Amino acid sequence: MPEVWVIVEHEGGQASRVSWELMDVATELAAALSARPAAVILGEGARALAETAFSYGAATAYVAEYPALTPFTTDPHCQVLSALAREHQPAVILLGATTRGRDLASAVATDLLTGLTADCTHLEIDSETGFLRQTRPAFGGNIMATIITPDHRPQMATVRPGVFPLPDANPEASGEIIEPGKKLDKQLKPELDPATLPVRRLDFVPAGEAVSLAGAKVIVSGGRGMRSGKNFALLEELAAQLGGVVAGSRAAVDSGWITHQRQVGQTGQTVRPVVYIAVGISGAIQHLAGMQESDVIVAINNDPDAPIFDVADYGIVGDLFEVLPALTAEAGKRRTATSAGSAER
Amino acid sequence: MAIHSVVCIKQVPDTTQVRIDPETGSLIRQGIPSVINPFDLYAIEAALYLRDQFGGQVTALSMGPPQAEESLRKVLGFGAARAVLLTDRAFAGADTLATTHALAAAIRRLDSEMPVDLVICGKQSIDGDTGQVGPGLARRLGYSQLTYICSLDKVDLEARTITAWRQREDGRELLEADLPAALTITEACNHIRYAALPDLIAAQTMAVETWTADDIEVDRAQLGLKGSPTRVKKIFAPQARQRGEMLTDNSPEPAAASTLLLDRLSERGLIGDA
Repeated sequence: MPEVWVIVEHEGGQASRVSWELMDVATELAAALSARPAAVILGEGARALAETAFSYGAATAYVAEYPALTPFTTDPHCQVLSALAREHQPAVILLGATTRGRDLASAVATDLLTGLTADCTHLEIDSETGFLRQTRPAFGGNIMATIITPDHRPQMATVRPGVFPLPDANPEASGEIIEPGKKLDKQLKPELDPATLPVRRLDFVPAGEAVSLAGAKVIVSGGRGMRSGKNFALLEELAAQLGGVVAGSRAAVDSGWITHQRQVGQTGQTVRPVVYIAVGISGAIQHLAGMQESDVIVAINNDPDAPIFDVADYGIVGDLFEVLPALTAEAGKRRTATSAGSAER
Repeated sequence: MAIHSVVCIKQVPDTTQVRIDPETGSLIRQGIPSVINPFDLYAIEAALYLRDQFGGQVTALSMGPPQAEESLRKVLGFGAARAVLLTDRAFAGADTLATTHALAAAIRRLDSEMPVDLVICGKQSIDGDTGQVGPGLARRLGYSQLTYICSLDKVDLEARTITAWRQREDGRELLEADLPAALTITEACNHIRYAALPDLIAAQTMAVETWTADDIEVDRAQLGLKGSPTRVKKIFAPQARQRGEMLTDNSPEPAAASTLLLDRLSERGLIGDA
């Protein structure tokens, strides 16, 4: 039976959220192809993660825990993935469009001499041809392109984190674990000598703050109009009242007002919160590319002609230094009223 | 001891101006200015920095139409010693896989004339946005692969290694790699220099070399559209969101607009029960 593979990205057994978002997509594509969704998990902790992969829909988990695979570097992971793909001939391979996924996917597609489509935002199976239709933004988000790989297999794609929702996990689900067979093992082992890896990881410095924009329901985001990093406190106050997190545009990051980890847009993260509040953000196409999948967009800007209003469900034209305190105060009043109300009940 | 870096650049349209013709559904490129892919400027700077530190040479390489010569001439103005343009109808319509075949073959030729230590690319182009050619080149050439490099730490020409910081979503990692290596550079890596006037003047008299498919050793079946596994099935304008309600049209005061906004959001059940 053909398979649709998801390459699970993890660090010491902690999987990144996008891997499970992809498991849901893979399950859908597999159904259309009468194929089986499978997870590929490499490195220390792979075996333990297989159960999680099953709970998110994988029918099969390919695992390999060769010492050279931990910590992650491209070459050994590429060797193992390419070898597994040659042996099992999956129809489709999906990876997260993360710094690691894009790096690894490029190497594997080069080895397998097949097509790779980056940063997909929509994937579907063409019902006539059975080809994977891969849709992605190009030219900075000004156009969308649908791309196919008609004559080469596997069809490879990276998918931006946060574009697809996280599926519900079914802890009852189970599946089959497959480890490299004898032949593959014999072929791979000499290639995977930890002493001769071309790239070595010497150190890792985690980002100063862990920010989960991907899972946030409400995002309050600031741009050039905020004028200083200090003023981001106004956004923090509003976010606190709405149960949200603070993000920013590229201009805010370039000005040093917030960290890159909080950047939304083409060169930052893609987010799809329930409510996205853009404050002092003009709405350059590169920014829109990262947030236009939000359920509801609110724009606050003093320029009535700012392009952000063209995509906003609700617009407030005004001085953000007047609007933000007013909005925070009103949200605070309602929150107090709600909690007082529930206390009485 | 010196470093020979090959910097790969791409001439791209200024993407902020690219639109789709609503009549024909095709890309309007006419009249849109071409620029050096902005991310490639950081790659050029990294290569010039290493040359200044260790001596050696920077060679600029591009694949594209004859007009891309203009971009390569700019790189000569920045201080590259040599510039090569791969231009041939055989290269046209290449996707990232076919592009790596052509560029890798050109780099092999450059390497045979002067051994290459580093291939340096921008992290991605602003038109394709894929970031696939840099790592593809590393793999194709069998060089160490270092993507999303945000800071160069050190080069040890005795041990033949480079050490650099790589940007990740959750932090930065320090990687040591054997030379030769292929790097992709992020905008955090350095500040772009202005071309020095003597270099700019010198560049006017320097020739950009033009190579066709005949000048590199490559299987023609791997080039251009023919060598590209991917096909663009269709292009279309992104689905536009509708412009919604301007709350300040009827409630210009910040407090009134705030009240209205929170009413709207809670009516739709979007906030309130966090």
